Amino acid sequence: MSKMNAILQGTLSWVDERFPLTTLWKDHLAEYYAPKNFNFWYFFGSLAMLVLVIQIVTGILLTMHFKPDASLNASGVPVAFASVEYIMRDVPWGWLIRYMHSTGASAFFAVVYLHMFRGMLYGSYRKPRELIWIFGMIIFLALMAEAFFGYLLPWGQMSFWGAQVIVNLFSAIPFIGPDLSLWLRGDYVVGDATLNRFFAFHVIAVPMVLLGLVAAHLIALHEVGSNNPDGVEIKKKKDANGVPLDGIPFHPYYTVKDIVGVVVFLMVFSVILFFMPEFGGYFLEYNNFFPADPLVTPLHIAPVWYFTPYYSILRAVTYPLFGIDAKFWGVVAMGASTLIIALLPWLDRSPVKSIRYRGPLYKGFLTAFIASFLILGYLGMLGPTPVRTIVAQICSVIYFAFFLLMPIYSSLDKCQPEPDRVTSK
Amino acid sequence: MSCDDKVDCGRRRLLVATAAAGGVAGVAVAVPFVASMLPSERAKAAGAPVEVDISKLAPGEMMTVEWRGKPVWVINRTKEQLESLPKIDGQLADPKSAKNMQPDYARNETRSIKPNILVAVGICTHLGCSPSEKFKTGTESGIAADWPGGFFCPCHGSTFDLAGRVYKGKPAPDNLEIPPHMYLGDAKILIGEDKKA
Repeated sequence: MSKMNAILQGTLSWVDERFPLTTLWKDHLAEYYAPKNFNFWYFFGSLAMLVLVIQIVTGILLTMHFKPDASLNASGVPVAFASVEYIMRDVPWGWLIRYMHSTGASAFFAVVYLHMFRGMLYGSYRKPRELIWIFGMIIFLALMAEAFFGYLLPWGQMSFWGAQVIVNLFSAIPFIGPDLSLWLRGDYVVGDATLNRFFAFHVIAVPMVLLGLVAAHLIALHEVGSNNPDGVEIKKKKDANGVPLDGIPFHPYYTVKDIVGVVVFLMVFSVILFFMPEFGGYFLEYNNFFPADPLVTPLHIAPVWYFTPYYSILRAVTYPLFGIDAKFWGVVAMGASTLIIALLPWLDRSPVKSIRYRGPLYKGFLTAFIASFLILGYLGMLGPTPVRTIVAQICSVIYFAFFLLMPIYSSLDKCQPEPDRVTSK
Repeated sequence: MSCDDKVDCGRRRLLVATAAAGGVAGVAVAVPFVASMLPSERAKAAGAPVEVDISKLAPGEMMTVEWRGKPVWVINRTKEQLESLPKIDGQLADPKSAKNMQPDYARNETRSIKPNILVAVGICTHLGCSPSEKFKTGTESGIAADWPGGFFCPCHGSTFDLAGRVYKGKPAPDNLEIPPHMYLGDAKILIGEDKKA
């Protein structure tokens, strides 16, 4: 037995002299000290990594059977659409892998939205974690691009018309817009060229960028250390060995805790996967079970749920401004609604980080923001009517007011004093 | 750049020149990479004109044909429908078709060559959805009590009249495009070409 140990030790030091394996292990797991007061909100970061792995593994398996080809096969069905049907019906366990991938897309956004909301609740974006937040926001944008490219691939009606609308968003940019959208499509209409390049973006380009960004997100996090529900820095109080008094090693404490989160997540994920993979049309829209038809837009067209808040904001802008079409300003508002989140570290002037010690003003604005976000999301799934447009306009104003007025109300707010060290019940 | 004893200016200059030349070469390589994503020669060559037979198109009916991958509508408008056109000028963004969304021969009240036959690209000028026909008038259309018939875009709610003119205060900025077209006979239209005979 001790001989066995000696061999293992020898192998490890052989590796360590050539690659910093033990150092990496210590820096990022065994001696990475995380605050001891993490609550359930802190599951979502590791869950996002789990979903990323699910998407990559199932995605690789799907590319073995999928064909990015918009031409019609012998029975008049587009080849790409038919290859997805083939995966669902003829490939062994293909239905499971495909549903894991499609459910995984929605799960990714659910987990990431909760992860971002956690950051807002506890001020995780505040100094010195601005870059973690920026990297996270770029991950979020890359994730939206990844989901959008992926949604075209089954070549159904929603795939086609969704891509048509989003690519045309770029044509609203003055002067270069029409040429830019032509360049993105690679043809005068969304067609085979578009499908092929979206496939390339979806399986190679964006995933590589995503992985790099996730690495940057984690490296930045491990440089400054994790925030916590009290929003106080644990590195301010250290013991004689330089270990934060309120820190515990990530492994084994949080690896074990995260496994509990993973088990609960996989239970929910499996229920959806096996019993309601389309999730009532929210995860896989019914119109996408019809092959793409360039001549007919479905009567009801809406993006998948995770895009609907921004889509609502796009639709809410109906007035031209400075002599430029409303279309352009709608696109600007939609872009701004996602990008403005990245500015939180500089908009927030509160003396405290965590919601636990913030005053009523911030809590009120945050509640209004969440309500407007959810209402916008709901409206984005419905068709437009005059009343809904007005509601969407009001909610869009609230959405932006939360960010733009933040420097004022966050500094006026009556906050409670932060504790010296983290609290736990 | 300041030169002192510690910096070899000759080498520094060579370094800057090399980096600049390398940078130019790098940017130059981006040109073919970016250009490779433009429409291919094959995509440019596609898009021949389409011939349409409208002899069976009764008044009040509409047909859709594909031209360059886009839906093109041919609508035979009834007398009442034509009469409704000038009445709603005040509600439209560009009632006189001032913007160049049509060939000159279609820049008129009906936006067509023959008054009753409208040929229009059925692609919303907002974000490219294909609007659906709402020919039923009034409340039955589900749009407005004074709706005179027209088109409704399901994506973002833009509305167009029976000449493809866009209503004010809607996301779509322009009237529907009228493609170049010409009559080959009484009931034959060629879409995509308008050579003067």
